[in-house]
Amino acid sequence: MILVYTEINKGKVKKASLEAINYGAKIAELTNSSITAIAINADAAQLEEMGKAGAKKIVTVNNESLIGLDSMLLSSTVEQIAKAEGSKIIVFSFDITGKAVAPRLSARLKAGLVAGAVDYPTINGNSLEVSKNVFSGKATAVYSINSDVKIISLLPNSFPVKLGENTATIVDFSGNINLSSTRIVVKEKKSNDVGGMIPLPEAELVVSAGRGMKGPENWGMIEELANQLRATTACSRPVADMHWRPHHEHVGQTGVAIRPNLYIAIGISGAIQHLAGVNGSKTIVVINSDKDAPFFKSADYGILGDAFTIVPKLVESIKKFKANQN
Amino acid sequence: MALFSKFANQKFNTMKILVPISNVPDTTTKIAFTNGDTEFNNAGVQFIINPYDEWYALVRALELKEAGKAEKVTVIHVGLADSDATIRKAFALGVDDGVRIDNEGPDAFFVAEQIALFAKENNYDLIMTGKETISYNGSSVGSMIAGFMDLPLISLATKFDLEGNKATIEHDVDGGTQVVECDLPLVVSCAKGMAEQRIPNMKGIMGARTKPLTVVAATGNEKLSNIKSYTLSAGRTTCKMIDENNIDELVHLLHTEAKVI
Ligand SMILES: Cc1cc2nc3c(=O)[nH]c(=O)nc-3n(C[C@H](O)[C@H](O)[C@H](O)COP(=O)(O)OP(=O)(O)OC[C@H]3O[C@@H](n4cnc5c(N)ncnc54)[C@H](O)[C@@H]3O)c2cc1C
Ligand SMILES: Nc1ncnc2c1ncn2[C@@H]1O[C@H](COP(=O)(O)O)[C@@H](O)[C@H]1O
Repeated sequence: MILVYTEINKGKVKKASLEAINYGAKIAELTNSSITAIAINADAAQLEEMGKAGAKKIVTVNNESLIGLDSMLLSSTVEQIAKAEGSKIIVFSFDITGKAVAPRLSARLKAGLVAGAVDYPTINGNSLEVSKNVFSGKATAVYSINSDVKIISLLPNSFPVKLGENTATIVDFSGNINLSSTRIVVKEKKSNDVGGMIPLPEAELVVSAGRGMKGPENWGMIEELANQLRATTACSRPVADMHWRPHHEHVGQTGVAIRPNLYIAIGISGAIQHLAGVNGSKTIVVINSDKDAPFFKSADYGILGDAFTIVPKLVESIKKFKANQN
Repeated sequence: MALFSKFANQKFNTMKILVPISNVPDTTTKIAFTNGDTEFNNAGVQFIINPYDEWYALVRALELKEAGKAEKVTVIHVGLADSDATIRKAFALGVDDGVRIDNEGPDAFFVAEQIALFAKENNYDLIMTGKETISYNGSSVGSMIAGFMDLPLISLATKFDLEGNKATIEHDVDGGTQVVECDLPLVVSCAKGMAEQRIPNMKGIMGARTKPLTVVAATGNEKLSNIKSYTLSAGRTTCKMIDENNIDELVHLLHTEAKVI
């Protein structure tokens, strides 16, 4: 009686969704119950992958307008499935859709919500406890919920994805989606897609640069480094504010919060508001010309020196490393 | 053009905006806990209006009012009396009045239900929240308010404009942004881009003292979550310094030690 909401992005099941299925499957195991996933506009290969991630049953919903139109319609769809399945724990990933849909569902179902969980829950009778980050990553808190139905949205990149051999039973959604009930009209869509880069919240490798780069004309080497690592680019707030880089690259307390495996910070001082959005990264590399830059205190590896000479050398070094790997 | 905006003024001058604001520790606060790590230690902590609520939701709401597109901007906060100083900061920015629902948070379900009840009873057409509090990082309250009121939610709005009853909003979606139109009433959660931070002027600061702050009791006390304990995140203890002439060493360590490439 675990339900997991999933999404497809650019022809693939989102990594965050596979994580959510893994997570749901683990909770099903812990509570000795079943696990159903919701798949929206998924093809056979994608359904197969969701099965491998641990979904025993998948309810497929096929409706091209459902994503990106009105989170009210999505919430109503999930609500109908949750009721039909008798779901007691509903898992989302804590991403743009999850943040819009899970809380509405919580209000509708009177279901306690933990938004941005980072570990597996402990379940005791009707009580569920799980940790989440608070104070922008400066601490974690153990949340407890006791409502009959419970919702957890899982912070992306909290667990590595594991695929097994399971095959899911597929059933079609039999409920009702009233598209004409929406008052929202979509006028225009713009993609942030730059050269097929992985979106920041999902990226495992991130190359980020700050005001130390002096001007937007110097970002070539940053992009080259990101390209060599197949990393996603990010920046500090002033860089986005000055329009050196697009605002969706801005990470930190007021920007995107990320927790990649590797965060390389170049010419960024490491202000507390910047750290708040990146200190969950597994490994942090700092390149800075000021030995007293606060970022060194929050780094795993540091290089003291001029980014303008170090970054090109790092690019060469990575090229060499890749050549040796092959 | 002038005629048109005058017309808009007349027709929609009863439009009221409600801005839920949260009271959070200043961004530079060193976080600490007390009482066996079960409570946030607020000794010596400077509290501020949650930056998203202030810079984006509130300032944009005030701009709409100044442009004659709304009649009134009210802030609402669910919290105890120690938040009053923060609510008065919003007054100094130019808000008309404030309401505090006298009960402690931070349970998002409870907070949102209180706000939704108030908004419904008092006919607010537009509710502008911040995208997230920097304290509990729930990103939940806006969407929950929309759920309780059965209204559309436009989340992560980066631009917002009104022409009469019709809102045009640019907002972040997965992998990009989109522009949507939606008639009021509705709930928006506001993110960077909506407006620029404002510094209160002398007139605002003087006026803040006399603006009405109404304190009302909560309706019911249904909370669905509570916090059992806190743990400070472990900081990084050592930074391995690598010579700038030995960058191969860094790549080697990232591969063999950190195992991230
Ligand atoms: C409420 C609030 C919220 C905020 N939210 C955010 C946020 O979300 N994200 C964010 O990033 N900031 C945020 N800030 C701003 C933050 O406080 C800092 O001002 C900002 O992070 C500084 O950006 P920076 O490190 O790029 O620039 P700077 O502080 O100017 O640092 C530049 C760094 O580059 C180094 N440098 C210079 N030249 C070179 C060179 N040739 N080679 C190598 N290094 C060099 C310098 O030593 C310095 O450390 C916020 C501030 C407030 C008050
Ligand atoms: N206690 C509160 N009182 C009033 N508004 C709040 C409160 N908590 C959160 N909000 C609003 O809801 C938004 C999202 O908060 P959260 O769900 O806690 O991240 C905030 O940016 C505020 O606009």
